Amino acid sequence: MPAADIHWQKSRRLTFILLLFWGLVTFGLTWFSRSINEVIILGFPLGFYMAAQGALVIYLLIIWWYNRQMKKLDIEYGVEDD
Amino acid sequence: MFASLSRLQRYYLYYTGTFLAFIGALAVLEQHGMPPRWIGYAFLFFTISMYALIGIVCRTSDVSEYYVAGRRVPAFFNGMATGADWMSAASFIGLAGTLYLSGFQGLAYVIGWTGGFVLVALLLAPYLRRFGQYTIPDFLGARYGGNAIRLVAVGAVILASFVYVVAQIYGVGVITSRFVSLQFEIGVFVGLAGILVCSFLGGMRAVTWTQVAQYLILIVAYITPVAILSYNQTGNPVPQLVYGRVLQQVSLLEDDLFQRPAELEVRQLFHERADLYAQKIMQLPQSLNFERENLAKQINQLKASDAQMKDIVALERQYRDLPRDPEQARARWEEAMFLAVERSKPPIHHAEAFPGETVEEQDIMRINFLALIFCLTIGTAALPHVLTRYYTTPTVRQARESVFWSLLFILLLYITAPAYAVFAKFEVLTHLAEIPIAKLPGWVAAWAKLGLVSIEDINADGILQLAELSLNPDVIVLATPEIAGMPYVVSGLVAAGGLAAALSTADGLLLTITTSLSHDVYYRIFRPEASTHFRLVISKSMLLVVAILAATVAAQKPGTILSMVSWAFSIAGSAFFPALVLGIFWEKATRAGALAGMVVGVLLSIYYIIRVEFDSIPLLGISGFNMEPWFHIQSTSSGLFGVVAGFCTIIVVSLMTKPDPRAASFLKTIRYRNGTES
Repeated sequence: MPAADIHWQKSRRLTFILLLFWGLVTFGLTWFSRSINEVIILGFPLGFYMAAQGALVIYLLIIWWYNRQMKKLDIEYGVEDD
Repeated sequence: MFASLSRLQRYYLYYTGTFLAFIGALAVLEQHGMPPRWIGYAFLFFTISMYALIGIVCRTSDVSEYYVAGRRVPAFFNGMATGADWMSAASFIGLAGTLYLSGFQGLAYVIGWTGGFVLVALLLAPYLRRFGQYTIPDFLGARYGGNAIRLVAVGAVILASFVYVVAQIYGVGVITSRFVSLQFEIGVFVGLAGILVCSFLGGMRAVTWTQVAQYLILIVAYITPVAILSYNQTGNPVPQLVYGRVLQQVSLLEDDLFQRPAELEVRQLFHERADLYAQKIMQLPQSLNFERENLAKQINQLKASDAQMKDIVALERQYRDLPRDPEQARARWEEAMFLAVERSKPPIHHAEAFPGETVEEQDIMRINFLALIFCLTIGTAALPHVLTRYYTTPTVRQARESVFWSLLFILLLYITAPAYAVFAKFEVLTHLAEIPIAKLPGWVAAWAKLGLVSIEDINADGILQLAELSLNPDVIVLATPEIAGMPYVVSGLVAAGGLAAALSTADGLLLTITTSLSHDVYYRIFRPEASTHFRLVISKSMLLVVAILAATVAAQKPGTILSMVSWAFSIAGSAFFPALVLGIFWEKATRAGALAGMVVGVLLSIYYIIRVEFDSIPLLGISGFNMEPWFHIQSTSSGLFGVVAGFCTIIVVSLMTKPDPRAASFLKTIRYRNGTES
């Protein structure tokens, strides 16, 4: 298989997994906000905390991880563009 | 350490230092008796002239500079500019207010508006950058081919951006009319002048560097009052860490206040009023005649007796203000009824997720919550003025990194907003509820004059019950410094920040609209041979026309900022997201499919907004088409249907049509390309 196709296959798989994780946090966890609100951390009900801060930090980490992996992949296949 | 900074970083460090010194100077001057009004003027003048200065320094007549800032914006600064571009008057002014009013329910905006950047990072930004043209219609045109798709895309760009820009200019009007006491309509046009200096002279290049400057102002302005509040209430100036404890106190206060007899009585009175209006509406037109006769009789009685003249005048005014005909009466009374119903409802606890009396009601809340998140994420990932920002970085890698920086800078504000709401609520619950109306602080009257705060002592006990106070969501952020009794310089700072948020987004939007008109329509479709100089002339004159049009619409005060913005998201999401994502990730997507999907998505989305939200369009003379929402979904989430329908249509139509052979090579260049690019 040509390098371009493998590169694409790998980056597509990474994208898909991270997207799935994103969906679980955004929609899956939020669906249960009412029940997890019973748990209190730092004075916050957990459901409230996740929606107000937790999910946001997870989003940032997802993007950070994606950038890191893509950079590696690009170097591996020689498509680093700077 | 200082020497290791780049030239740009040093410039913005100086700039930030100057701004902080300016605030400090004003604070000192206030101590020495500088009147608040002057402080307002000083902020307005200082910030707008800063933006104008940057605009003039960065003026350009080079096409690539004008459209994509010469693709020389480093990831870090592009992130900051995107943050300002992205955070509009709705984020700055409206978000904390919405969180204040609806508690947990408002967090849908926080999740949706940040979660969308994951989609931008993973699905769009790197591919758009590798493609490397000027606009989103450019991309769709290149991927699918043909002018039809370009035209449809331009239409959607204009529609979504225009609704959005009107909301921004409206925000400018609210701020200027409160803080420098300009008339609302005049304030709108003053703000407009600020916007134009910048985008008119230097296009994307000037807008980018102004946006970085605006981001710095808006974030300082947003965090300062909350940090002060936080320090006063908890002794810790980092609000994000400690507002959990304040939230617990708010819950305790709520438990106590919501159940007080006076509160229950007030809610009962509003309930009765709502019933009264419902009855009057049912008995139209007799009820209107009856009211008219009744008033006439009272006036005659008063005139016959030796009553005071001012009582008679008041009654006569009431008589004149009665609805003219049954139709007007219905509209007015319905509005009054809904208002009363709203105030008669038991208030919700701030942290409660999906509140409702029954399980069914809770489920409706839950579905709407998730639907709104869905629309906001998709909309975020499809707003043309944000996506074009990722054309401006030097490389693909920097485009990816710049999404990270964008989200980080945006997070700073979005993590603060819920804290803002909780602290403001604590202030109101402790210092405003259950105190004599005669002793209310001055800011209440000031904002009531603008119609954004209203108080009605329905049980006539001279004390303000919580249910008697109604706050417009747009007030919370702008009024919090006054509510908490901070010096006026903080209010001025907040106003400057709100102005920066509104102006930066308006700049980005106006530029996107006019670029679409001049580049995609005029240059690509009508006159490909047009000289670059002439293209910019067209672009600049379009800018003027569109800006004045938007300001004219905004001066009509068409709706709350947040609902206008949500509609824009739904429209943009259903137009662009399916066509862009399938265009990048699915080889078999065809021109016919994309075209059909975009049209179906946008039309369905608009259709849903109109049929759920409105009952008549007087302009077209049609009425009575109001419908029950599908699955109880509100009109602000109409994009849910538009996006799903868009995806389905593209897939079905694409499978029925023959794919374009050129698509494969195009996809190869945007997914993977060896070596550097031009």
